[in-house]
Amino acid sequence: MTEELISFASKQEMLAKSKQFWNPDKTQFWIDSGVPLVIDRREGYFIYDVEGKRLIDVHLNGGTYNLGHRNPEVAAAVTAAMQRFDIGNHHFPSLARTALAEALISTAPDGLTKVMYGSGGGEAIDIALKSARHATKRRGIVSVAKAYHGHTGLAVATGDERFATLFLADRPDEFSHVPFNDTDAMEAALKARDVAAVIMETIPATYGFPLPAPGYLAGVKKLCERYGALYIADEVQTGLMRTGELWAITKHGVNPDILVTGKGISGGMYPVSAVLATEAAAGWLTEDGFAHMSTFGGAELGCVAALKTLEITCRPEVRSMVHYIAATFTSGLSKIQAQYPDWFTGVRQDGLVMGLEFGHPQGAKFVMKRLYENGVWAIFSTLDPRVLQYKPGILLTPAVCEELLERTEVAIAKARDDVAKGARP
Amino acid sequence: MTETPISVSELLTDPAGVPRARAMLQRAEWAGRAFARYDKPAVDAIVRAAAAAGAARAREYAERAVRETGFGVVEHKVLKNVACSTGVVEHYAGHDYVTPRVDAAAKVVEVPRPAGVVLALTPSTNPVATVFFKCLLALMTRSVVVVSPHPMAKEVCADAARALGEAAVKAGAPDGVIQVVDEPSVPLIDALMTDERTSVIVATGGVPVVRAAYSSGTPAIGVGPGNVPVLVDATADLAKAARRIVDSKSFDNSVLCTNESVLIVTEQAATALLRHLKQAGAYLLAPDERDRVAAMLFPGGRFDIRFVGKDASWIAAEAGLRVPNRTRVLLAPFDLVVPEEPLAHEKLCPVLGLVRVPTARRGIDAARAVLRLSGRGHSAAIHSADPQVIMEYGAAVEVLRVAVNVGNSLGSAGLETNLAPTMTIGTGFFGRSSVGENLHPSHLVQWTRLAYNRDPAEPFGDFSGLTPWQAPADPNGRVPPYPVASNQRGDYPVTASGGGQAHRPARSELNGSDASALREQIRRLILEELSQLAGG
Repeated sequence: MTEELISFASKQEMLAKSKQFWNPDKTQFWIDSGVPLVIDRREGYFIYDVEGKRLIDVHLNGGTYNLGHRNPEVAAAVTAAMQRFDIGNHHFPSLARTALAEALISTAPDGLTKVMYGSGGGEAIDIALKSARHATKRRGIVSVAKAYHGHTGLAVATGDERFATLFLADRPDEFSHVPFNDTDAMEAALKARDVAAVIMETIPATYGFPLPAPGYLAGVKKLCERYGALYIADEVQTGLMRTGELWAITKHGVNPDILVTGKGISGGMYPVSAVLATEAAAGWLTEDGFAHMSTFGGAELGCVAALKTLEITCRPEVRSMVHYIAATFTSGLSKIQAQYPDWFTGVRQDGLVMGLEFGHPQGAKFVMKRLYENGVWAIFSTLDPRVLQYKPGILLTPAVCEELLERTEVAIAKARDDVAKGARP
Repeated sequence: MTETPISVSELLTDPAGVPRARAMLQRAEWAGRAFARYDKPAVDAIVRAAAAAGAARAREYAERAVRETGFGVVEHKVLKNVACSTGVVEHYAGHDYVTPRVDAAAKVVEVPRPAGVVLALTPSTNPVATVFFKCLLALMTRSVVVVSPHPMAKEVCADAARALGEAAVKAGAPDGVIQVVDEPSVPLIDALMTDERTSVIVATGGVPVVRAAYSSGTPAIGVGPGNVPVLVDATADLAKAARRIVDSKSFDNSVLCTNESVLIVTEQAATALLRHLKQAGAYLLAPDERDRVAAMLFPGGRFDIRFVGKDASWIAAEAGLRVPNRTRVLLAPFDLVVPEEPLAHEKLCPVLGLVRVPTARRGIDAARAVLRLSGRGHSAAIHSADPQVIMEYGAAVEVLRVAVNVGNSLGSAGLETNLAPTMTIGTGFFGRSSVGENLHPSHLVQWTRLAYNRDPAEPFGDFSGLTPWQAPADPNGRVPPYPVASNQRGDYPVTASGGGQAHRPARSELNGSDASALREQIRRLILEELSQLAGG
């Protein structure tokens, strides 16, 4: 058989078929945005368009590619695992799932003792919310306005209406949204003692990484304790050393009742997600272990990828590097900002979690386009397009950091000119 | 339920430790980038702090090195550890490898550029002193180091490197400025040597290690073994010569590459010299005793590493000989320096070959013959008052340093001569090395030369007071700073956990599986390396 599994006459034909068979709106959106990207090869922090254009990836799919694309160590571990394992049977105790659970718990904030698996972040959030409801026997869920926790049944209801109402998936009776960084509003939402859990991204990603005010998250945790609600830390985007600690929530002095991880946990090689919970929050596992099940949840190949990812991420050398990289961007971006203070108005940064603020309601879209032209892939924040999500990898070399900053500087200047000339995003 | 252990070994895709070693190099690259911009006062403070930390534990590490390797003499290792910590720093106190140099007459400005990431391979025989020495040379020049110690001395070396690193970082050096491999292995060292993030390998050890360094494709400064001839003629002060030779040969039980190997004495001087040697603690082996010692040290023609760094009395006892209590050196006479004569080869123990020659000229030939066996480029010694003989000797022997009227151990190492004090003897082209001098800080720094137009019409710039380097931003803080969220900078105390809970170390450090098999493999390689080193 000589036929290729994947074969298109041209990029144009491929895009046309993408619209025909896959997602017409999204396909067209990227073409219209000046980012006609079809990713082909990928290696480290570089992705290559099918036409060969090289881009430095600072989107990383929200940290999925923290360790770079096709990290050789993770790839080797998964390749080796495929000689022995597959997804596995989700009903039985499993070598890989148990080993990963132990590794996750031994590196987790104090108090977390049990691990439940999903195949993606949304599923994990649903598991977290279900667990909290079971533990508290309450239905209410409080999240932050403009939060993003995924698109599954319960998760999507915690997020912005942008993703919920279209599918008639909003549930205002059980899911309430409060403004970020507003402790009073949080207390008001919890006072009735009918809330099972407050779910918080440690830094809300899709909202452009607004930083929690000093003491805010610890204050929310205190309110949870006062009113009998659980605190769920969504660490899907902020975890895995991106802020210089394995889990960003520990920087806020909070020991969550439940912690959710996904995306980068398996190095971008095989999907898996996990919910880490305290004994109290994971009560259903003792009461009825068959109550939630997932054929692909905790797939064993994903667990092997995650074990290797966690081992790499927890190396003292990597921790040190992340601090170096963060400092490099702090100083590099502040130098750029000093040149265009009216346009490049702010940097929200905690380690390698960064949101770049621009002085135009759609500012990040202009910058995204110019970055793409200049060989960098970074995405605007869907729920606040003033802000560009800027998420460099945790294993970046000094050379790529310097290159990235140079490309970023040029793109920011060009985008500023675009806006001044009245261009459309 | 069974009690059988369950493990999935095929998931270990890299040799143990190799991924961590690569991570070390990348961390080192970051640290080196930061360190390369430090100014002179900041560097001086770091060097002083690291040296003091080493000297403070000179005795402890000497004791531990002897215990771990079974080689050498504690007192002598203390001396070397001090010499290679505060001693080396004092020696280079007046030197500056950091500040740009301006030569207005030549219209050239020279800007020092550190080597970057130095991979330091250190030996079992001078373990801690070499770790100190290489780390401090790197710090003086703003380079960063990854130390890969000899497996036989890995524990004490790792602790010594860490002690220096911690002191350096506390004094303001970048995090990761000194790192050390805890479990060295052949595949791991190979991975470090061939990695493009390694700027230069400074290799001390046996021939295989040094050749591997040069074959790696990475710039290397490799230094090979010695096999030191020492010539004594009748013009020498024979009493002093004898005392110096015995002191030097017995120093650290002769594990230094600079310890004398074959004593060559002219007939005219021999009788008196032997009398003085005996007074100084040497024991002249009778022919049958010599044969027993030779057979014991070189079973099957190869040096038995059981005898490395052991003292003379112990060796004599092992051979079933009765020697005076105060015996420090066994003198083993033989007639001809030829490959099949085992006693003419390097002996890393206080057994000194003895050859009588009719004239100094014949002595020079014999010395050349010793170096044909091994030790080319390394060192030789002479005790003589005749400059003409000394000059002829120096011009004839294929070494790059000749210690004159001084013990070679500390003479060629620069501790009792005005050569650069070193634990790393460049063996030059004779010894297939790129460096012919005693390793010194200049070997780890290169200079960017800003060269002006020679035309007098083109004026030279005024560079006075200009420096591209700075003190680290916060000399009391960490480099790099702990990543504090941008809305908390300046408001919150910067602690290791940013006000949160302390981070627990990762569960999965290096995997210890198959450790014993690996140890056995390393042990075998060491044996091979040492016997090759000793047997030439």
